[in-house]
Amino acid sequence: MTSTDTATEGSTHLSTTSGAPTRGERLLGVVQRQGAFAVLVLVVAVASIASPGFATVGNVTSVLVGNAYPALLALGMTFVIISGGIDLSVGSVFALGGVLAAYGAGHGGPIMAIVLPLAVCTAFGLVQGLLVARAGMAPFIVTLAGLLAARGLLQAISHEGQNTYQVPAGSWFATLGAGTWGPVVTVVVLFASGAVLLQRTSFGHNVFAVGGNANAAMLLGVPVRRTRTLVYVTSAALAGGAGMLNAARLTSGVTEIGVGYELTAIAVTVIGGTLLAGGAGSVLGTAAGVLLLAVIQNLIGHYISQYGSSASAAVNGAFLAVVVLLQTYLSRARRIT
Amino acid sequence: MSAAVLQVSDVDKRFPGVHALRGVSLTLAAGRVHALVGENGAGKSTLIKVMTGVYRPDAGTVALGGEPVFFGGPIEAQRAGISTIYQEINLVPLMSVARNLFIGREPRRFGLVDVRTMNRRAVAVLREYGLDVDTAAVARPLRALGLGAQQMVAIARAVGVEARVVVMDEPTSSLERREVVTLFEVIRRLRAKGIAVLYVSHRLDELYSICDDVTVLRDGAVVHTGALSDVDRLGLVSLMLGRDAAAVRSDGVTAFSSDHGDAVDAVDRLVLRAENIEVRHRVHGVSLAIRPGEVVGLGGLLGSGRSETAKAIAGGLRRDGGTVEVSGRRLRRDTVAAAVRAGVVLLPEDRKAEGIVPSLSVRQNIVLAALPRLSRAGLLAGRKQDEVVAYFMDRLRIKAASPDQKVAELSGGNQQKVLLARWLCLRPKVLLLDEPTRGIDVGAKAEVQRLIDELAGDGLGVLLISSELEELIEGSDRVVVLREGRAVAELAGADVTERHLMHALASEPEADGDD
Amino acid sequence: MTELSLGRQHLRWVGWLRDYGVYAGIVVLLAVDTALNPDFLASSDLRVQTFQLVPTLLVSLGMATVIATEGVDLSVGAVIALAAALLPLYLGYNAGLAIAVCLAGGLLAGLVNGLMVAVAGVQPIVATLAMMIGLRGVAVIFNGNQAKPVLDPTLSALGLDSVLGVPIMAWLALAVVLALVFLVRRTTFGQHVLAVGDNRTASRLAGLPVRRVLLTVYVIAGVLAAAAGVLLVGHGAEADPANQGLNIELAAITAVVVGGTPLTGGRIRVVGTVAGALFMQLLSATLIQHDVPNSYAQILEAAIICVAVYAARDRGSR
Repeated sequence: MTSTDTATEGSTHLSTTSGAPTRGERLLGVVQRQGAFAVLVLVVAVASIASPGFATVGNVTSVLVGNAYPALLALGMTFVIISGGIDLSVGSVFALGGVLAAYGAGHGGPIMAIVLPLAVCTAFGLVQGLLVARAGMAPFIVTLAGLLAARGLLQAISHEGQNTYQVPAGSWFATLGAGTWGPVVTVVVLFASGAVLLQRTSFGHNVFAVGGNANAAMLLGVPVRRTRTLVYVTSAALAGGAGMLNAARLTSGVTEIGVGYELTAIAVTVIGGTLLAGGAGSVLGTAAGVLLLAVIQNLIGHYISQYGSSASAAVNGAFLAVVVLLQTYLSRARRIT
Repeated sequence: MSAAVLQVSDVDKRFPGVHALRGVSLTLAAGRVHALVGENGAGKSTLIKVMTGVYRPDAGTVALGGEPVFFGGPIEAQRAGISTIYQEINLVPLMSVARNLFIGREPRRFGLVDVRTMNRRAVAVLREYGLDVDTAAVARPLRALGLGAQQMVAIARAVGVEARVVVMDEPTSSLERREVVTLFEVIRRLRAKGIAVLYVSHRLDELYSICDDVTVLRDGAVVHTGALSDVDRLGLVSLMLGRDAAAVRSDGVTAFSSDHGDAVDAVDRLVLRAENIEVRHRVHGVSLAIRPGEVVGLGGLLGSGRSETAKAIAGGLRRDGGTVEVSGRRLRRDTVAAAVRAGVVLLPEDRKAEGIVPSLSVRQNIVLAALPRLSRAGLLAGRKQDEVVAYFMDRLRIKAASPDQKVAELSGGNQQKVLLARWLCLRPKVLLLDEPTRGIDVGAKAEVQRLIDELAGDGLGVLLISSELEELIEGSDRVVVLREGRAVAELAGADVTERHLMHALASEPEADGDD
Repeated sequence: MTELSLGRQHLRWVGWLRDYGVYAGIVVLLAVDTALNPDFLASSDLRVQTFQLVPTLLVSLGMATVIATEGVDLSVGAVIALAAALLPLYLGYNAGLAIAVCLAGGLLAGLVNGLMVAVAGVQPIVATLAMMIGLRGVAVIFNGNQAKPVLDPTLSALGLDSVLGVPIMAWLALAVVLALVFLVRRTTFGQHVLAVGDNRTASRLAGLPVRRVLLTVYVIAGVLAAAAGVLLVGHGAEADPANQGLNIELAAITAVVVGGTPLTGGRIRVVGTVAGALFMQLLSATLIQHDVPNSYAQILEAAIICVAVYAARDRGSR
């Protein structure tokens, strides 16, 4: 025994770095993970100095509140993308949740307004998840069909969009989304819970494992199919919940809402450093991505107000392209070694 | 002798068309390292998969600690105490080291994963395996570690699950020599703990420095089992290849003619000259020269870098160094297209994944590479194509219902001939053939062998890679032998015999002066 | 044994559905329509149907080419927006020039997509998603938020006039279909597309110009989308980059998938794609005629996509 130990001495300290990324690659990795946050800080600093209207309480509030509920779509998207999938249906599910909530508030009271959208949207996510995880269909096509189906469902409920259901006056359901800071606090709490779920539970770890290497995950004993199904359930439940809260705030179930929200959700998630190929990402990064785009949109609105949303879409797309190219470069540098 | 931990008895396993295991028995004893060897298709991986619950045997039993066991999958085998370390590191590279180590059994506090405890324990576990890590290092993604260290994490993960049996399937294929030394320390420690280790490798040096017992598989059956010290290297190689080292038949069993070397020697110029081919982790400075009309064999056991050498010459694998000259002209670009233009073509080893384009027709597959030559201004020249296709289908005797049949529907031998035709219609100068007769029936095999002879007779240079000894010996004028990515011997003329080849395959490595 | 043959039977059924389902669907729809309303073919305005069908069809054909290489192009709708934004800017000079600029814009967008996919190695869905988001924004900035009326004789002729009783648009579509069939069956490039989509590794090892092939298919998709944009503007007599071509990628992918081209690449069914687009158009016309609400039509469409993808899915497990 002793002789083995001494013999071991010299050779035990294995190099932990050979074949590891170079400093440049590591730097790029940091940029990719923390880039959105750094750019956010930079933009906010510059804007506060340059534009006196930016750092006012009113403006900051409008930036935060205006983007609060749609941000939840990005939270769900973070889970889906880390698991290696994509969910194109969230915009439609968001709208569906809102219509169901308003319908429920009018037809069954506040409890129904909360339960109905959550139940239906969760079931919707379950179907999509099963089609992806069990039937082995490509996520993008399943959720593309989901985008259509959810939109069709909400139009059927609202008589082809002619009925805009209202939350009855005086229903306590409306107080859920009321107030200036209420929505912000709700969303912050949900993001924090999302971060804990992703980083501190075995479900979260499984999501990373499935997205990082599904085959290895299976051999490591991770329930791959269940995890895959659950991320779509999570995403749809969050999207439906966000729609429900939004309906409470607007006190009506707007049908023409949520179109294209899935694109923004994907963009901010990826800009926040989540790898589109799956396996890496963070809720905090997504939060930074949401804020960054919101701030840029706000600034563009100040300066070139007439094309506000288009200009930010252009910036959005360019950002996404740069981030994706960076990600691809990084993962390829790895693959060769 | 220590107690048997895992006993495989009379296991049979059939797949459609293949009898993969025939009554295989194997006993792993506590505190012993057992080597499992055999050439491609001998049944090693099937056996491992039966032991680890991936496959269910058709007949026979697996017993753990005397009790018969049935596993529904690798997870159940793992829980029962049989852990497997795969050749490719089956971990999640983007997850932290500690998470990889603990996924599925994370330490918890208040219902949540206790990351600090997890990292601390990971450090403790990995230090045992000779990894010099701290809590910051185990929190970084696994891929930040070197390959050797990653392999060690995989082993720590596998053994950590209270393993009684550890199966290692070519664990050293991606390791540096220094890392191998550390791995062996770990294996010795496992042995000292009374764990049974099954060690699969083709590297004889490794087997002789770490293993106690050996089982040799050939064609799905056990041909030898016993203490490793009772067999010498040459004996082991002859058992694997199914050759009696003492009695080598002089008579051929292949369709190759025996008049090699006559036409070749007269010519001095080279059709192919590859110098110092280098592919990271795979090929180290291999040089080859082929004359017109010559068949050069590339020998070596599995994993010796034969395929990689051929691929690197043909531009299919990025060269990290070295040059290729065709008829005295150096290839300036390292791409398949450049090699093909110069007349160097490769018949890849994995016909299905790298060769055929399955849903295209026989005709389309044959003319695929020659399209630019068989078309005018990008338009397909139908008649010219038909002529070429008809000529080669006839000459190579490709059996297909029609040229329009999907190539996926053909037999393996006919698919191989389609691939040969794809290259021959380009009139290449050098053919690199990687296992050209693997997995095809006897008749087609003889035809392909005859064809290789004919082509060489027409003045082509041929590089022939084969795991079949007689094919290599009877088909080649010269044989270059590779081991661990280096050329270790060259046999020419009268030396191209089984005895010499087996000696070269089995030889001790020379003193390591190079690193 | 029974299980095996049952499985094979099931496979054969699914395979039949994939290969001929769309034609059968068209026949069934027509039969149902004429049974319920003997004047269906006469009463439903074929010209109106054609005007709706052709732009989607052009985009679908480009999409089919991309999908044959195991890719997808989500940016086609945004390219239509770009064409709609560019057209009014150059129409003052000359309609021909304006159209050429539009097509060049589509070519450029396709080129950028192709470079991201073929050279940088970005997944197609992501590369074209970035283009989809960004390009429409750019288009709206060029044009302004309001739709602009476009009254140009050449363009409205393209959008509305007929030759030999058939709309010019339909002639154009026919020309593109024939060109694509020719490209696939009769040219080196067509063979390369199929080979690259079917087995990229083997294609690379056979010395095919894999990158160039990928680049070209995205360029084709871009140019065809731009052409569809020109027709849409000509037909509607207005340029509305904020709205024109929205969701057309969805309709195109549906037409391709329903037409039997598998998402896994290696196969392209040009005529099938035409049938797929026709089927979806016929379906919506039928539903509208029978006053089925749009909502149910959408749900039905979603179900059809799922069935088509499911049917095409088993191709790999030969």
